[in-house]
Amino acid sequence: MQLYLPIADIPVNVFLILAMGAAVGFVSGMFGIGGGFLMTPLLIFVGIAPAVAVASVASHIAASSFSGAISYWRRRAIDPVLAVVLLSGGSLGTALGVWTFTLLRSLGQLDLMIATSYVILLTTVGALMFWEGLRALLRARRGGPVTTRRPGSHVWIHGLPLKMRFKRSKIYLSVIPVVVIGLAIGFIGAVMGIGGGFILVPLLIYVLRVPTSTVIGTSMVLTLVTMVFATMLHAVTNHLVDAVLALILMVGGVTGAQFGARAGQKIRGEHLRLLLGLLVLAVGIRFAVELVIRPEDLFTVRETGVTG
Amino acid sequence: MTARLARTLGWLALAAVLAASPVRAERLIVSVSNHRVTVTPNYSGEELVLFGSVEKDATTPANRSYDLVVTVAGPRADMVTRRKERRFGIWINTDSRQFLQVPTYLALFSNRPFDAIASPEVQRRQQLGLNNVLLTQRVGPDYADVVPDDAFRSAFVRLRKQHGLYREETSAVTFLTPTLFRTGIPLPAEVPIGLYNVEIKLFAEGALVAKTDTAFEIVKVGFEQFVATTARQNGFVYGLVTAFMALMTGWMASIVFRKD
Repeated sequence: MQLYLPIADIPVNVFLILAMGAAVGFVSGMFGIGGGFLMTPLLIFVGIAPAVAVASVASHIAASSFSGAISYWRRRAIDPVLAVVLLSGGSLGTALGVWTFTLLRSLGQLDLMIATSYVILLTTVGALMFWEGLRALLRARRGGPVTTRRPGSHVWIHGLPLKMRFKRSKIYLSVIPVVVIGLAIGFIGAVMGIGGGFILVPLLIYVLRVPTSTVIGTSMVLTLVTMVFATMLHAVTNHLVDAVLALILMVGGVTGAQFGARAGQKIRGEHLRLLLGLLVLAVGIRFAVELVIRPEDLFTVRETGVTG
Repeated sequence: MTARLARTLGWLALAAVLAASPVRAERLIVSVSNHRVTVTPNYSGEELVLFGSVEKDATTPANRSYDLVVTVAGPRADMVTRRKERRFGIWINTDSRQFLQVPTYLALFSNRPFDAIASPEVQRRQQLGLNNVLLTQRVGPDYADVVPDDAFRSAFVRLRKQHGLYREETSAVTFLTPTLFRTGIPLPAEVPIGLYNVEIKLFAEGALVAKTDTAFEIVKVGFEQFVATTARQNGFVYGLVTAFMALMTGWMASIVFRKD
């Protein structure tokens, strides 16, 4: 069934977009991430202008993270204090990111910047996750202790001042690294047009030692707020949010996310991390290949005024 | 109102009235099958038909054979063509040219190859063919069109052609009788919204003898138009509604799929 998108100005197959939304939703529900880094390239692939894709995906991620956040809230798996502290850094980071975005756009190398940061970020994070997952898996095979979380060793982060008690996560931690992480995620999200959940979750686990019980829910709250903010920003400044496209993606996404979350609970933690690592790494490598191999066409045409 | 005229093939009636005022030896009477293409949710491109006839008067030399060139130009916009080059092992955009106020859609139709219709000089002057259409580029501080085989210009035309947005067909115009002609104007699904100008030029013995123009528009209506104008004019409200819609969808999903 073809449907004409009012902002993207092209007809799309509704079932294709629904299926894409559901597939990405499944992945995001399974790993507790927004899935923007998968959705945006997919939309560009079906012919939607990059700028419209980025802007509309923001609201799609807002929807799926909200539905996720509600169910995590019911299970008391969100640490509200931690979320607020992360957000204080996150909003500052988003503002800084938007400023950088505008600056890079005026310099004319935004595309390259986005592509290289995708490559660097995704391959690094993906490789680290994959490696960590593999090690945990091998340890489990040998029959060793599976839990590598909270070894109890004091790292330098625990020596920082301004300590605060995050009751639900049962951690006692300085606010400085929390704000810094929030800032970094907000910045990356605004520049690259992604929610940043796939970076935030490992950071919270490995750097802040937030227990897995609250990490995904809390990360979803951060994603939700930054993506609602991003939707508003895109709508006001660029007028490029396609509400019809967003709605189709949302419906597919939230449905997929429910099944993804159920599937995720059946898979062991280390398998899950290994899979996510592989996925992130694969997307990163795909971007890297695109930069390195000779493009099929050396020329590109773009309407100016519409950025992407 | 022109749409109504067209639908009833009103050009025939019009021709009868206007034929009484001769200015030239030949006159062109044309009409498009639809002057207002509306974009609805199930819009996926359309094909318009252009009809026309050559009106002769007493001064017209008998048994003249005619050639016809139809140029359809969509709304104009600035576009940039970029070229990638390998730097430090990766392919990046290095050079670019800006095309100023060029048609977003451009179609040239004729009844036979342009070379057979007119001399290269006339082809250039009358902008016959994609190689001769004026596409203004900004080259440094200058504004000019360049030679047709310029790398950026030919890449630009080639890429637009790939999307069906630029086209050149030298057999698309059919003469039904020596003076009655028709041609189809294919509009792919991704054609830009806006006003389209159709220019019809009549040639005889290699020279332009008459020309006329008409127009049609592609417009969004109903829901599509409402969404597009709201997004542009009330960005804040539009953003709020979209964000609210996202939250509602998320909330609905958590209710529908609630396990307990």
